[in-house]
Amino acid sequence: MKPVVSLRGATLKFGKRTLWEDLDLDINPGEFFAVLGPNGSGKTTFLKVLLGLQELHSGSARLGGRPVERGSNLIGYIPQQKSFAPDTPLRARDLVGLGVDGHRWGLRLGAAKANRRIDELLDLVGAAEYAKVPVGQLSGGEQQRLRVAQSLAADPQVLLCDEPLLSLDLQHQQAVSALINKQCRSQDSAVVFVTHEINPIIDYVDRVLYLAGGRFRVGKPSEVMTTEVLSGLYGSRVEVIHANGRMIVVGLPEAATHHHEDAHSVAGELG
Amino acid sequence: MDFDSILRAIFNFENYGELLVLVQNSIWAGALLGLLGGLMGTFVMKRDLAFAVHGISELSFAGAAFALLIGADIVFGSLIGSVLAALLLGVMGVRARDKNSIIGVIMPFGLGLGILFLSLYEGRASNKFGLLTGQIVSVDTVQLQVLATAAVVVMIALVAIWRPLTFASVDPEVAEARGVPVRTLGIGFMVLLGISVALSIQVVGALLVLALLITPAAAALRVTSSPRLVVTLSVAFAVTATVGGIMLALGGRIPISPYVTTLSFLIYVVCRIIGGVRAGRGLNGRVLPAEAGAA
Repeated sequence: MKPVVSLRGATLKFGKRTLWEDLDLDINPGEFFAVLGPNGSGKTTFLKVLLGLQELHSGSARLGGRPVERGSNLIGYIPQQKSFAPDTPLRARDLVGLGVDGHRWGLRLGAAKANRRIDELLDLVGAAEYAKVPVGQLSGGEQQRLRVAQSLAADPQVLLCDEPLLSLDLQHQQAVSALINKQCRSQDSAVVFVTHEINPIIDYVDRVLYLAGGRFRVGKPSEVMTTEVLSGLYGSRVEVIHANGRMIVVGLPEAATHHHEDAHSVAGELG
Repeated sequence: MDFDSILRAIFNFENYGELLVLVQNSIWAGALLGLLGGLMGTFVMKRDLAFAVHGISELSFAGAAFALLIGADIVFGSLIGSVLAALLLGVMGVRARDKNSIIGVIMPFGLGLGILFLSLYEGRASNKFGLLTGQIVSVDTVQLQVLATAAVVVMIALVAIWRPLTFASVDPEVAEARGVPVRTLGIGFMVLLGISVALSIQVVGALLVLALLITPAAAALRVTSSPRLVVTLSVAFAVTATVGGIMLALGGRIPISPYVTTLSFLIYVVCRIIGGVRAGRGLNGRVLPAEAGAA
């Protein structure tokens, strides 16, 4: 099987700070791949590299056999939930429509075809009921369903998800991650899922990349999410406790929980 | 001045037919600028640039005043002022907070410069007043043609970048991930906005540009979230305000801007009331389970 994402000797540095170094990685079609680590460890930057928005310091990143490029049709992107201003002139179906042809120049001609595609996508994620509701009036869970629909518009081979479950309640976390998993299994899309909380997706994850302290480890969750491995990455004693199929990481260093570039910080919830 | 004569100064429809023929050009230009204002306004609202429009118009005023002082073309002067201001904001103010403080700094500076140039100018006083309050009826045919051409060019450019600009305005992170040149489009839009402000100033003056570039779109947003309907209504409102304003102003001896701004304002008030009533009834387009079952 040909890998859809392929990194060789990938290194990322900001000034003197090394986020990760010499990363070799292949992600296969149909694989659910989680990227974990504390804030500031370079998880989001990892996605930016694949999106072609961030250059590597050294090494190479390939997508579908070609060097990464901006605006690749192979990629679907699901962002964090954000709030829209209440008067944003955009209904649920228009948000999905942006994914269908929002990047093209000019006006939309042939609205019928685009509308059919939008309806298909809305049905796929069960959002038909609120298709005409302004996005500013939707709940976070509803918005993230639409994000899934939006990201699938071009039948992507890779779904890049940047903390898509953040600030959702448990029920919606399950619903949205199940949708993403469905796409992964039924369409054979690779999923690269950036998160700092592995538990909502623990049943789906095939492999994880754990980034911490300028080091990383790739492997099955059972291999990586252990007391020994994480302690090695953080350079201090960290304990992984298993309870009811959930994993809880205890004893994360202060710096890892509070030092960050990302705007969000959920202390103590690091996967 | 008694009430009757005030009223006659404001509304006077004697010889209306003959006057109408005389200002035909102005009405066409007004309609075109209304169309432009309505279209641009929807993006101004999406990109949260209402304050920027105000800032740009002050610098545009300074440019026009300078042109008046040195005897150059006023439209050209205001164009230079507003495009410079718009570019500056586009390049410097990437984040909303930065942008607002930069505008707050630029605006009084521009207004101050304008006042300086006007004080130095020794020509007709009505020329000075016109820059602030609008003067389309006194614009000659050649200038009207320039205005119209510029407006058409801006509209063509806007239509060409319509979809990616929409994407970049309402959903910038995902647009960037999709390969949309978010930053370049933002700066390009500022140039178009600068030109539009300079053109609108010719109708309503520097102080009242917001009535053309913001109020119609803001009114439309109160009553609908459908992107297509927002644009349609915004354009309809802006054209109604400009053309209606010019026609009402014909017989009186007052500049057209109060008519345009009042019409614009009334439309906004009506839309707000309609929007408020609808929100009160909880109508937002959601299909409730019972309805879905019936349908």
